[in-house]
Amino acid sequence: MNKHIIVIAEHMEGALADITFEMLGKAREIADAVSGSVTVVVLGKDLEPFVRKLGLADTVLLVEHDALAEYVPETYAQALATLLLERNPWLVFFGATSMGLDISTLVASRTNMPFLAMAKNVTADGSVVVTSQIYGGKMFLDAVVTTFPAVISILPGAFKADAGMAEKETAVERIAPSLAESEIRTRFEQLVHPEAGDVDITQFPLLVSVGRGIQNKENLAVFEDLAEKCRSAVAASRPVVDQGWLPMTRQVGRSGAIVKPKAYLAFGISGAPEHVEGMKNAELIIAVNTDKNAPIFSVAHYGAVEDAMDVAQALAEKISGAQQ
Amino acid sequence: MHVAVIMKQVPDLVEELEVDPGGKLLDRSWLRFIPSEYDEHALEQALLVKEEFGGTVDVFAVDIGEPDEMLYTALAKGADRAFKITGEFDYGLNNHTLADVYLPFLKREPYEMILNGVQAIDDIDGPIGPILATKLGLPYVGVVSGMKPDPSTGTVHLRKEYPRGVLAEFRVAMPVFIGIQAAMKPPRYVPIARIQKAMRAGGIVEVAAEAPLETAQQVVGFDVERMYKPEAGRGAEMIEGSPEEIAERIFQILNENGLVR
Ligand SMILES: Cc1cc2nc3c(=O)[nH]c(=O)nc-3n(C[C@H](O)[C@H](O)[C@H](O)COP(=O)(O)OP(=O)(O)OC[C@H]3O[C@@H](n4cnc5c(N)ncnc54)[C@H](O)[C@@H]3O)c2cc1C
Repeated sequence: MNKHIIVIAEHMEGALADITFEMLGKAREIADAVSGSVTVVVLGKDLEPFVRKLGLADTVLLVEHDALAEYVPETYAQALATLLLERNPWLVFFGATSMGLDISTLVASRTNMPFLAMAKNVTADGSVVVTSQIYGGKMFLDAVVTTFPAVISILPGAFKADAGMAEKETAVERIAPSLAESEIRTRFEQLVHPEAGDVDITQFPLLVSVGRGIQNKENLAVFEDLAEKCRSAVAASRPVVDQGWLPMTRQVGRSGAIVKPKAYLAFGISGAPEHVEGMKNAELIIAVNTDKNAPIFSVAHYGAVEDAMDVAQALAEKISGAQQ
Repeated sequence: MHVAVIMKQVPDLVEELEVDPGGKLLDRSWLRFIPSEYDEHALEQALLVKEEFGGTVDVFAVDIGEPDEMLYTALAKGADRAFKITGEFDYGLNNHTLADVYLPFLKREPYEMILNGVQAIDDIDGPIGPILATKLGLPYVGVVSGMKPDPSTGTVHLRKEYPRGVLAEFRVAMPVFIGIQAAMKPPRYVPIARIQKAMRAGGIVEVAAEAPLETAQQVVGFDVERMYKPEAGRGAEMIEGSPEEIAERIFQILNENGLVR
């Protein structure tokens, strides 16, 4: 069997997303090990500038059309399903991103290809084994692919983007998608950029970040106080923002900010993959959580199994004491 | 507006999860179930639509975990009908199976919108929304955190979340399947007395699954070899002691890095 891996590129506003390189690097590694090949598929319009950056692929396949100028789940899924059925790959990689979450499953369903989600690793040593991270990062699952082609969605951050970056000449193929445009019921309107917030959490060398473990909005005061004492700001996980305790501008993670402070203090944050995506590159991560099995302890450099409020309060007192 | 919401029960991550002796599934004997977080947002969003535009909200759940309380809560919050689909449902992780179970019930009614949570913590074969949307032939948009239906044009305006706080706006012709990331307001609280009242009124409609078993148990192209816990605290140096001692050590670490004085 021809071991052909197709990587579905992701890009926005003229830039390829890191996930593209993360997947490409891994696909290259696997293809080299099994004497296979890698094609990166890019959908959109005016895609030529991307080609050069995708030098690790054997082929870059540009699928260009006005209707693909912006990501529309229905249109992209339609174009990709037809393409994958024609090309009959061995493995297909999508990113488990906001876009990938829609189209990976839509395409797998349309083509009846088996689908594995939330992959943290893929190995092809004999059989293809996918390691998925489920239950908010609290369990791993190893699954062997038994039917090919198989579609796999890869968690952002699972692989190094650097390993997928190489600027060199590569074969380019251009095709027009087969689209039944009259069937498309979804229309893209516009992108809306966030308004500048009260604070820019990406600018602080130290971040005090809080999760659902702080229990309620009233307890925020403890962390605001701590943040003030160490000239920092309070960042948060998604539930804290969804509950309306803090504005969206404070959210760290997949749909929030990507932060790289010198130190990230995670209070009552479980460490779900979507959160970790946004903070894993902090130089120093210190987590306080009452659950000794919380996945955050796997990315943290230091951890403590304790009540978040008690530690934050004690730390704030310690800092005031030292400042006097 | 005639809206359906699909909800499911997932293991409560606050409890310790264990792998069953076979090594491939969660040990279900001690599992505590709760409604999937994003499904609660989907329900809230449906109720907000009903409040603004009128219409009905139907909630569907299969009999996995403890769906009764979830469904009575939905009724107490304002859902019109709650359906519990019963059958032999101990399949664990397979959303393709669940999609086949839901399918006939969703086909039967002319829903203008079907909402569910964009993702659940056990979606190993992908979120159920895109699978069902494909089977129903409906357009799908996921990771949605804002919507405004326009009944006069039969469309709905959606806001989908991208990284770094960017939103993409779409307009979709109804009927549509929407994967909700967050409702436009936090899910409402409903007093326990109202839930108990709903329970006494007994409003859940029980319906038997119609999907034939061979479809329901179809293999999805992979064999689970093993399930296991990540090593606890792998990598992290654990700080022991009282909160004060922990704070002292964190202070020291931050101080060494020049972050506090
Ligand atoms: C498409 C998509 C995008 C997403 N984007 C993001 C994103 O950008 N950012 C993000 O954060 N999430 C995002 N999520 C959500 C993510 O999956 C998790 O649900 C979320 O990160 C969990 O937040 P949490 O850790 O605060 O809450 P939980 O997972 O509920 O964890 C709370 C933690 O607090 C601990 N705790 C409880 N009490 C205490 C106490 N007294 N003291 C100390 N600890 C305590 C618990 O042990 C637990 O570990 C996204 C999800 C999806 C599907």
